[in-house]
Amino acid sequence: FLSTSAPVRTQYGNRRLVTLIPGDGIGPELMASVRTVFDAMNAPVDFEEISFGGQDPDAEQKCDEAILSMKRNGVGLKGVLATPHGFGSRQSLNVKMRLQLDLFANVTPCISYEGVPARHQNVNLVVIRQNTEGEYSHLEHEINPGVVESLKVISRERSQQIAKFAFDYAVRKGRSKVTAVHKANIMKQGDGLFLQSCRDVASLYPSITFNDMIVDNCSMQLVSKPQQFDILVTPNLYGNIVGNIGAGLIGGAGVVPGANFGKDMALFEPGTRHVGQDIAGKNQANPTAMLVSAKLMLRHLGFKNEEVALNQAVRAVIKKGHVLTRDMGGTASTTEFTQAVIDEVKPILAALSQGEAATA
Amino acid sequence: ARALSTSVPVSTKVTLIPGDGIGPEISDAVKKIFAAAQTPIEWEEVDVTPRMVNNRPAIPEDARLSMMETKLGLKGPLATPVGKGHKSLNLLLRQTFDLYANVRPCRSVKGYKTPYEDVNTVIIRENTEGEYCGVEHEVYPGVVQSIKLITRASSMRVANFAFEYAKNNSRSEVTAVTKANIMKASDGLFLECCEEVAKRFPDIRFKHMLLDKACLNLTKNPNEFDVMVMPNLYGDILSDLSAGLIGGLGLTPSGNIGADGLAIFESVHGTAPDIAGKDLANPTALALSGCMMLRHMHLHDYADKIENALLSTIAEGQFITGDLGGKATCSEFTAAVCSKL
Ligand SMILES: Nc1ncnc2c1ncn2[C@@H]1O[C@H](COP(=O)(O)OP(=O)(O)OP(=O)(O)O)[C@@H](O)[C@H]1O
Ligand SMILES: Nc1ncnc2c1ncn2[C@@H]1O[C@H](COP(=O)(O)OP(=O)(O)OP(=O)(O)O)[C@@H](O)[C@H]1O
Ligand SMILES: [Mg+2]
Ligand SMILES: [Mg+2]
Repeated sequence: FLSTSAPVRTQYGNRRLVTLIPGDGIGPELMASVRTVFDAMNAPVDFEEISFGGQDPDAEQKCDEAILSMKRNGVGLKGVLATPHGFGSRQSLNVKMRLQLDLFANVTPCISYEGVPARHQNVNLVVIRQNTEGEYSHLEHEINPGVVESLKVISRERSQQIAKFAFDYAVRKGRSKVTAVHKANIMKQGDGLFLQSCRDVASLYPSITFNDMIVDNCSMQLVSKPQQFDILVTPNLYGNIVGNIGAGLIGGAGVVPGANFGKDMALFEPGTRHVGQDIAGKNQANPTAMLVSAKLMLRHLGFKNEEVALNQAVRAVIKKGHVLTRDMGGTASTTEFTQAVIDEVKPILAALSQGEAATA
Repeated sequence: ARALSTSVPVSTKVTLIPGDGIGPEISDAVKKIFAAAQTPIEWEEVDVTPRMVNNRPAIPEDARLSMMETKLGLKGPLATPVGKGHKSLNLLLRQTFDLYANVRPCRSVKGYKTPYEDVNTVIIRENTEGEYCGVEHEVYPGVVQSIKLITRASSMRVANFAFEYAKNNSRSEVTAVTKANIMKASDGLFLECCEEVAKRFPDIRFKHMLLDKACLNLTKNPNEFDVMVMPNLYGDILSDLSAGLIGGLGLTPSGNIGADGLAIFESVHGTAPDIAGKDLANPTALALSGCMMLRHMHLHDYADKIENALLSTIAEGQFITGDLGGKATCSEFTAAVCSKL
């Protein structure tokens, strides 16, 4: 059974082929975790793996290959590719993929986990971020020696599109409020257009409460009363900011999943998009963010049992608290955590398919 | 005279801009507190309600002259005139006196509980350009371009200030926050300037952090941070975020540093029209801004004394104002602070 929204590209039987881009830093370890768990679940997913580092000499070519693979498969799971800094250096390949695949919406759910030590509890917010324009235009030039301008581009079309995505998401998930985040008091035209587009779309969804907040105030509110938020819809850069604050609230980069959506395309990756170079190769990284991103992918593919089982298993391991990675206050390795998830997931999955057989 | 002032207190004139709403009440409180601490400060009160000069709003001449003479200001909140084409007064002040660096220290206040207990950061924000340069146009129907402007001159100036600040305030680390992986040219230039200045301050550790990671880590473990320096918009956002960590704008001071050593210190909160004139406002933010001013004048002993009196009054919790969950009036809180002094 396939979900109605996902493009149907069946391989054999009900199996699906999915593009896999491990990326840099801790990416490969996290992908290994996902693969072991998927194997243990016998998930009907095959991976087309395209492995490369963002700084490799042939990174551009590999990235094009990955884009092609995504166009074929329509669905992918990805780590984060490293990006060089500084004048004249190559464009971020993460951004390149988003632009070429027109993945206009990024979704980062920041939902508290029972058992993860965090400064705030009962956070349940979703950041929906415009993913293809704004400050990430790469239009910059040195007008005079020592004087540089960067262009931020905001369009009505893109703003309405992301606003509509946010409200549809709210309706689909039974959420009740959308907050537009902006700085329209300063960028009166650019952010003003974004805000107006959100207002226009909001008027079509009378059952969803709409409000707006200036990004600096929103950041302050997030660290003092995060429970007031439901869905936040943002231009590109503010989404990056607010999403990372959201992650910080509930325990960090290791636990927050993410997804990028285009018209008939979906690419899943950890919500905060960090390479995690400092702990790469040490078997220390928390695979939760990637596992839960993979869970979102299973949902998108319509593999309901596997999705539910994986979600319950990860949450159960964390709640029990015996096997936690360092970032969650434990001492377990990536592989130990993965094994704990596998131990949980098998009985849950078995029970689910048994129940299904009984009702059939 | 300022540099040697600790031993022989010479009276120094400071321009006081009480401001609107609760401004006069909290300014009054600060004057009382400063008097009780016997600070060598002589206040010159001015009104900055803008006049129209050649059809453009301008700071009144006597206020401008006072600032040019004293080079030091303490300012309460100002009501922003609503209406088309009106610049905010804060912006007008910033431009009139070329206040290029905004300094916002955030330190956890004992006795005021938040989920964060160990915050002690200072954010230094470039205050004159970046995303706030105000150049925007509709390039095509429904498509707007906003320009972010970064110059070497302004970046060097604010970077230099950040390191000087760190040195003068015994801070050991400066972190530059940018998005140089995406805005490679503009934020790249800002970062380059910070790196260049850092070389001249070998005793101060220098780090660079991307904005997203800074948001993540500041929200998770703010105690990892010391002094931070960044372009305009990021500074605006992260300084409000930091204020949120310690309990909001009622407790956070701020300073604006201008060309030629001119500086205006201010509370960051608004005019609070809902409680204005009712003797309910908390003067702590303005008083702490006054302490920043004293340190800027190298009057560290007075600043420490006043800060201790303020913070211990709050920690004891007997005379705290409504915004902190207490019942005291502004005058009662002020009296309690004065009696400690
Ligand atoms: N899955 C994870 N498990 C545990 N910690 C993580 C995970 N992902 C990211 N982190 C941590 O979150 C922090 C932020 O990631 P970080 O920004 O270092 O990645 P980076 O992209 O390599 O760095 P930079 O962006 O500065 O180049 C790091 O301390 C990293 O170790
Ligand atoms: N110093 C203070 N003491 C007590 N409460 C304060 C203080 N400053 C602000 N508040 C409270 O915080 C809330 C927000 O006030 P603030 O004036 O900052 O809002 P504002 O609408 O932004 O005002 P403005 O338009 O002047 O910027 C109000 O309820 C106000 O009473
Ligand atoms: Mg602000
Ligand atoms: Mg205000």
